[in-house]
Order: sequence, then C-alpha cells, then structure tokens
Amino acid sequence: MSHPEHKDYAGAKLGMWLFLFTEIILFGGLFILYAVYLHRYPREFTTGGHELNLPYGAINTMVLLTSSLMVAMAVTAIQQGRRLLTLRLLGGTILCAVIFMGIKYVEWSAKIHHGIYPGSPRLAAGPPGESVFFGLYYLSTGLHGLHVLIGGSVLAWIGVKVRRGVVTGDDFVLLENGALYWHLVDLIWIFIFPLYYLML
Amino acid sequence: MNPSDHPPAVFTSFWNDTGKTGITSWIFSTDHKRIGLLYFWSVLGFFLTAVLLGLLLRIELMAPGRTIMGPETYNALFTVHGAIMVFLFIIPGFPGAFGNLVMPIQIGARDVSFPRLNLFSWWLYMMGAAVIIISLFTGGGPPDTGWTFYVPFSARTGTNVSLAVFGVFIVGFSSIVTGVNFVTTIHRLRAPGMSWDRLPLFVWSLYATAWVQILATPILGITLVLIIAERVLGVGLFDPMKGGDPVMYQHLFWIYSHPAVYIMILPAMGVISEIIPVFSRKPVFGYKMIAFSSIAIAAAGSLVWGHHMFTSGMSDRAILVFSFLTFVVAIPSAIKVFNWVSTLYRGSISLEAPMLYALSFILLFSIGGLTGLILGAAATDIHVHDTHFVVGHFHYVIFGGSGFALFGAMHYWLPKFYGRRYAEKPALIAWGLMFVGFNITYFSMMVLGMKGMPRRYYDYLPEFAPLNLVSTVGSWILAVGLVLMLVNLIRGLRKGEPVGNNPWGGATLEWTIPSPPPTENFPEEPVVTHGPYDFSKAGTP
Repeated sequence: MSHPEHKDYAGAKLGMWLFLFTEIILFGGLFILYAVYLHRYPREFTTGGHELNLPYGAINTMVLLTSSLMVAMAVTAIQQGRRLLTLRLLGGTILCAVIFMGIKYVEWSAKIHHGIYPGSPRLAAGPPGESVFFGLYYLSTGLHGLHVLIGGSVLAWIGVKVRRGVVTGDDFVLLENGALYWHLVDLIWIFIFPLYYLML
Repeated sequence: MNPSDHPPAVFTSFWNDTGKTGITSWIFSTDHKRIGLLYFWSVLGFFLTAVLLGLLLRIELMAPGRTIMGPETYNALFTVHGAIMVFLFIIPGFPGAFGNLVMPIQIGARDVSFPRLNLFSWWLYMMGAAVIIISLFTGGGPPDTGWTFYVPFSARTGTNVSLAVFGVFIVGFSSIVTGVNFVTTIHRLRAPGMSWDRLPLFVWSLYATAWVQILATPILGITLVLIIAERVLGVGLFDPMKGGDPVMYQHLFWIYSHPAVYIMILPAMGVISEIIPVFSRKPVFGYKMIAFSSIAIAAAGSLVWGHHMFTSGMSDRAILVFSFLTFVVAIPSAIKVFNWVSTLYRGSISLEAPMLYALSFILLFSIGGLTGLILGAAATDIHVHDTHFVVGHFHYVIFGGSGFALFGAMHYWLPKFYGRRYAEKPALIAWGLMFVGFNITYFSMMVLGMKGMPRRYYDYLPEFAPLNLVSTVGSWILAVGLVLMLVNLIRGLRKGEPVGNNPWGGATLEWTIPSPPPTENFPEEPVVTHGPYDFSKAGTP
C-alpha cells in the first residue's frame, strides 16, 4: 500500500513537537514537587544544594550545549548532502552523551560513597527536608540520564540510517526529529542545572 | 469475524484485501479500520471481565457480613474492577476503537498520519494489559489499593502494586501515542473542502480528547514512576517520616485523573452529537457552540482536580477556587445538553436503537453531571465524600454516559464496518433492560450514600441492607440486558441483513462509501462540498 501523504514532513514534525510536550510535562511533575518542597524546606534545600558538585554540573552543561550545537549542525550538513560530515557530527554528539553519563557516574558515585542516596542511614538521621531534596535530585537527574541514554541510542540508530543512505539530503525528517529530541534532553538539563546547582 | 460471510462486491473491502488471512493479517496490519477493530474487541473483552468482577462485588454487598468472599478478596476485586474499567476499557475505548474506525473516514483521509505508530499503540496497550494481568497472579497478589493507588497504603501494602502500576504506565504511553497521532491527523489529513467548520462533531470531540491525552497523561506517568520509586528505593517524597507529603501524591494523581474523566466523556458526547441529528432528521442545533464547548470542557476540566481532595487537607481558599472552577465546567456541559435537546425540537424523531442510547445518555449524563455539582460544592461534599453517593455519581457519568454512548456507537457504526446489521426488536428490549437495571443499581447507591454508607467498605450496618439488595438485583437486570445486547449485535454482524452505504441517512463522509469500506476508504480523494449535518445532500461528499 502506498500512502503518499505519509511523506508529510510538516505532519511528522508536528507529531514530534506534540510528543516533546509530553516529555516536558513528564518532568513537569518533578518540577512541581521541587517548587512545593522548596517552599516548605528552603533551608534544607540550600544546604543540600551546596553539597552538589558545581564544577561537575557546569562541565556537563557545557558538554550538553556543545552536543546540541553539533546535532543542529548535523541537520544542516545532511541538508547540504554532506553525509560524512553528518556522521562525524552525530558521532561527536554521541561522544558528548557518553562524557555526560561518565561525569554523572563519577558524581553519583561520590554522593553514594558519602552515604547520600535514597533511604540511606545518613539522610534518615538528618532533617527531613534534606532527604526530600536528595530524593528529588536523584529522581530528576536519573530520569534525565535515562533520556540521555535513549536520545544517544536514537541518534546512533539514525546514524546507521544515514550511513545506509536511507536518511539523505532529500529525506531527512528522521534526523531532524532525532535532533529535536536531543534538544529536549538539553533543554531539561538547562532547567535542572540552575534549580539544583546554581540558585540554592 | 469471518470475511467470507460478507456478500461479494465489486470493490475490495478491507476485510479481504491483503490476500493474507489469519491473525497476522490483523495484529500486524496498519489499516486504521483493522486497528480499530483490534482495539474494539480487546476493549470489549476487558469490559466484560470487569463487568463480571462488578457483579461479584454486588453479590458480596447483597447482604451484610460475608456473602461469597473474604475482605482481602473484596479489596482486590474493587481495585481490579476499577483499574480495568478505567485504564483498559473506557480510556482507550473511544479513541482506540471508534476514533480509529471512524475519524479518518469522517475527515476524508485514507488513514491516520502515522499508521505504524497507530499499530504500535495497540501493541503497547496489549503489553500494558498483559503486565497488569501478570501482576494479579504473581508477587503478593492483586493490588488492593483501589484504582487510585493512594499513598501511604500503596507504598506499603505487600500486594503487587509496582508491577500493576508499571502496566498502567505502559497503557498510558499507548494513550499518548494515540493522542499525538489524532491531533496530527486532524490537522494534516483533512480532505479538500473539509474546513474546521465542516468537521463532524465526533471529530471535534476526539480532537479535544487527544489534547487532554497529550497534556495530562505524562503527569500520570511520572506519578506512577514515583510510586515505584517509593516502593523500590524508599525515596520518601510522599512519606511524612522523610519530609514528604502524601497530599502531594493526590494532587499529582488527580492532575491527570480528573482530565482523564474528560478523555472518557468527551468522545461520548461526540457520538451523541452525531446520532441525535441523524435520527431527528434535522441539522444539529448550535454546531459552533458544541464544537467550542468540547474545547472549553477540555481546558476548564484540566483545572478542577482539587475537588477530589476537599477532605484531604487543603486551604479554604484553594477549596473555594477548585469549587468555583468545577461549577465553570458545568457550563459547557450544559451547552451541549441544551443544544441536543434543541436539535430534537420539532425534529422527525425515529426511535431506533442508537437513538435510544443517545436519549438515555442525555438523561443519565444529566443526573451524573448534576450530582457532580453536589460533590463539587465543598459544603455538601464534606458529607458525602467517599460514600456510595460518589460511586453512584461516577457510574451515572461513566457508565450511564460514556458506556451508553459506546453502546449507541456500536449500534450506529459497527454495521458500517461489518456490512450487516442487528435485529431491531431484541436491540430495543436489551436497551430497556439495561436502562431499567442501570437506574435500579446506581440510584440505590446514591441513596445509600446520602444515608451515610461509605464506599469500599466490606461490611455495613443492617439498615443499609434493603437498598443494597435492590441494587444487586438491579445489577442482574443490567447484566441480562447487556448479554442480550451483545448476542443480538454480534449475531447481526455475522448473519444479519446486509446494509447499504447509508442505512441511517447520515450526511457525514463515512456514509458515502460502501459498507464495509474498501481498504483505502475512498476510490479517489473526496472533495467536501457541504457540512456534516446537511441532510439534503446526504450520501454525497
């Protein structure tokens, strides 16, 4: 069955944007909890926020912003039909995702080493607000990390399609949508970083 | 479901187009009509399962004390009854089944925007359902929290809550995928001439519903993830011992689950807006206001979740705001009811089965809606909160409203897709039995609630016994009517009289093509020249 209207680019992008709304709202639930509990425990949130490692957070922000730039360049590259450049830029994006997850791993390990993890004796002994802060921290960064993994995998899969010539300069909506998803991953982090690392 | 039962025709119907037969030609098909029927029969299967559980619950409550089951079983049964009815029956029921079957044809399209994603959404639905079913028989047994999964109990009970909640998460994802698909389809694939003011009202209602599916369901997703996090990791976001707040759970849960009520009722209202003009032989009254009120209900309905929590611990000011907004939602709902009634006025009404369901929808939904205002007003809600009054109220809205509209849709549209129709007389008798049984069952519950009988209680005081007996007997009449309706409908679809293109004289596009429709719906892309209720031009695009 041939359905020419399924090559509807505007439709494909509209669908992707709608899906991105749902992702933002998914994280929105955690941001609502953040707002409510910050209002209730301002002091404990400040103490908790100061325990986070600002350099790690800042480096990861740079890494993600760079990756977003590269994936945007990849979309331009495929439009110009430069397949090799596209693949290199996608590879760079995925490399950034790996670096991000590596830094996250180091950061989490240090926290867990210091006895800061959900349900840990140290948090149980401390004030309740601190336990809530780190609970939200782990859930937000954890859910975001999961999205980095998903986004990286999707871009890798699209990279294979670019290599095989399925995604080309004439038919690149898949790459464009993959890039949109990656920008979302970046966008969520742009909110998590100041809320947890900077403003407290 | 045997395609060879259908009369030979000059066109290739979607029943026998692929050359392939058997189950794979269905479960891997990307045709919106086949996916719609997949959804329909799976949804119906879960509905009947949950009906059976409901009947068992009513038998248990027939007399005080133990009747047929112990209290733990009772808790599990009302949880599973509610969870299946909400998440596996009525939420996917309209968009998944009739949205898929009818909407693309009504807008003059060959299919939805993303046919493969459409099939994927059914698979997600079935996978979620499978996970929920597995959760009933593994681990600590079926969840006993009620379908609302309230903390702290859901975080502590030894039953298999985590797995059940994960299943609901998957089903929610399926609902999101359908919503994304429908909004895109309605924006992009309307046929030439199908302007927004010629869109059938069923499509308008699905459009509003799809936005609710997109914007509300993710909140359910994160809430369910948080329950699992509470249970598995002990994060404590809802645990006062760890600084959390259980009321925040209720907020998050109802931010989704109240709009979800509109996922259930909006498309039902769309069905009614289709049936009433066709069986009154009159253009719908107030087309623009009905279309607009769908959007208004979706928008205002997203801001009223707090009315589920008047007794949970909220400030008086918050109660006032939520109570006010709840009354605001009643306005667009009433606009619809008044417009339907105005459509009937001086119409040439023919009382066939779909119309009877539509008319009873107006009555039952009005009772359900007005009792909803009793619950939406804080002063009265405090007294009847968590009583059988609430159970009666939401069954009037969801069963008397959405359920009866779904039955109406089955009588109205299934002949289109099977090419054959049911027998009229048994259909009328079945409707009568269900209408009578329904009111006996649920009106008794509302009276019981007013007298103070709590919901979800296993046992009750002797003074509640007579009405509980009445309610249970009513549930049997309802069940007999339901069985009769299904037997008649299914027998009719298999062996009934063949129907032509337009058995009801409708003016929307699905009645311009053969029954059952060909695979690509239209021989060539239709050019729409008139509105959906312009009956002088019925049968032409």
